[in-house]
Amino acid sequence: MTLNGLGLFILFAFALLLAGGMIALSSVLGRQKPSAGHLIPYECGIDPVAKPRHRLHVKFFLIAVIFIIFDVEVVFLYPWAVVFRDFVARGEGLFVFLEMMIFLGVLVIGLLYLWGRGALEWEE
Amino acid sequence: MTWFDVGLTALKVVIIQMMILNIAPLLIWVERKGCAYIQDRRGPNRATILGLRLGGLFHALADVVKLITKADSENREVSRPLFILAPLIAVFISLITVAIVPFTEPLVLGNFTFNLQIADLSAGLLYVLAFSSLAVYALLLAGWSSGGNFSLIGALRAASQMVSYEISMGLSVVAIFMVGGSFRLGDLVAIQGENPFDWFIVKLPIAFILFFTALFAETNRLPFDLPEGESELTAGYHTEYSSMRFAMFFMGEYIHITVGSLLITMLFLGGWNLPYVSTEWLRSHSSYALEIIWVGAALFHVVIGAYLIRHYVRRRGFWGDARDREGLVFGIPALFAGLALGAAYIVPKTILLPWWVGPVTVFGIQMGVVLAKTLFFCWVFIWVRWTLPRFRYDQLMRLGWKSLLPLALANIVLTGVMVLYG
Repeated sequence: MTLNGLGLFILFAFALLLAGGMIALSSVLGRQKPSAGHLIPYECGIDPVAKPRHRLHVKFFLIAVIFIIFDVEVVFLYPWAVVFRDFVARGEGLFVFLEMMIFLGVLVIGLLYLWGRGALEWEE
Repeated sequence: MTWFDVGLTALKVVIIQMMILNIAPLLIWVERKGCAYIQDRRGPNRATILGLRLGGLFHALADVVKLITKADSENREVSRPLFILAPLIAVFISLITVAIVPFTEPLVLGNFTFNLQIADLSAGLLYVLAFSSLAVYALLLAGWSSGGNFSLIGALRAASQMVSYEISMGLSVVAIFMVGGSFRLGDLVAIQGENPFDWFIVKLPIAFILFFTALFAETNRLPFDLPEGESELTAGYHTEYSSMRFAMFFMGEYIHITVGSLLITMLFLGGWNLPYVSTEWLRSHSSYALEIIWVGAALFHVVIGAYLIRHYVRRRGFWGDARDREGLVFGIPALFAGLALGAAYIVPKTILLPWWVGPVTVFGIQMGVVLAKTLFFCWVFIWVRWTLPRFRYDQLMRLGWKSLLPLALANIVLTGVMVLYG
């Protein structure tokens, strides 16, 4: 194990112990007997009208799918961004830059398509 | 790797974690007191120990005692393992993101190097981005497992808000990587140097605005705190939580703010660099720096002590109880500490200081600069919260997808042109 790995290992163990310890301490020290009121999900004092985990608006799903596309794009950009300066120093900057512009251009077209189809609209 | 390395690494983890953990209650105090003064009230000032209030600082302690002795309420719809896992993830994730932050330059004492950084990964900032994006699981699991409608809606809002702004955040740092050419925070700070006009806040202002805005959304702070909008959702994803489990979400949020401010300091504000004061100058003139700090600390203590004693004299008998003596209890030690420091000023002037004092002074100064910048940004987070109104949800998504995302893409093109021809 390298020194970095060791540091991360100790950190993870520390954070996990701390977080777990807080939950454990709270369950030991806290009041043990829940009243009847504790058992009802909170809905401003009245009994819950609708069952939880009902059907949800499809918008949220759509956002998740669009997020994956753009997040993968961001991941592709990182290695390019880090070596970009080296390519500029070697005089190959313009070529590398234009290549990435084509990649970005395709994604901008994708964004405009989503925009035009109304995938980003939240008003009904 | 020896046992010494293991012990040193464990010590570093404990030091850094304690620093981050202790900023959280301090920030809660600053938040309550700051919002009170912004709204023209006095804020928390009732919790006392032996009649001393310390300006309401004991409220943080009282809150912890109260929260930890409350019942862990669980309603009948709760799915228990996930319900307990969610606050655990919230605290765990926010604690481990600090691992790659270098607080100072390495302290070199002879052939021993001390680096106040838990892991010097070459992936650097990628580690932070990767782990902080896992924070969304805490909110989503909390809302899903709670079994309440408010919780579920809050969690869905939180998830889609966080993923939306994460893209802008990820794209904004691309500009920094292009100019800096490294993922390591230490390298990025070194490239910014001590000239404020080379700091990335001046060089890449659009990236700064994007990162800063996205950070508000990532930490679920106002103006983007739709997931817990009180007027609509009671408390959003943590409606069903009580006791320490509830507090853990807040701890996670405040630690997230602290780490976010640290990242802003490192990425945009030159990290440990003082404006126009290079590290080489500090190293070669560390005795001057030590003297300035020494005299400054002495003066600071004397002024604070004198102010508190004057306060005591003028308000004598105002409360009629132990609170009256507060000025004396803190004023006299401060005054004497200041005078003692002033008297001891003769020490660095006369005695030849050991060789390690210089590097340690520089280490301390850099640490102080980083913490000062970080705490300033923590205050900005609080300041913004009590100044701006909350967005509406469609406005939030419109800002994220239709303004920040195109702006972030344009910023990459602009930065590319800047690096090519600048």
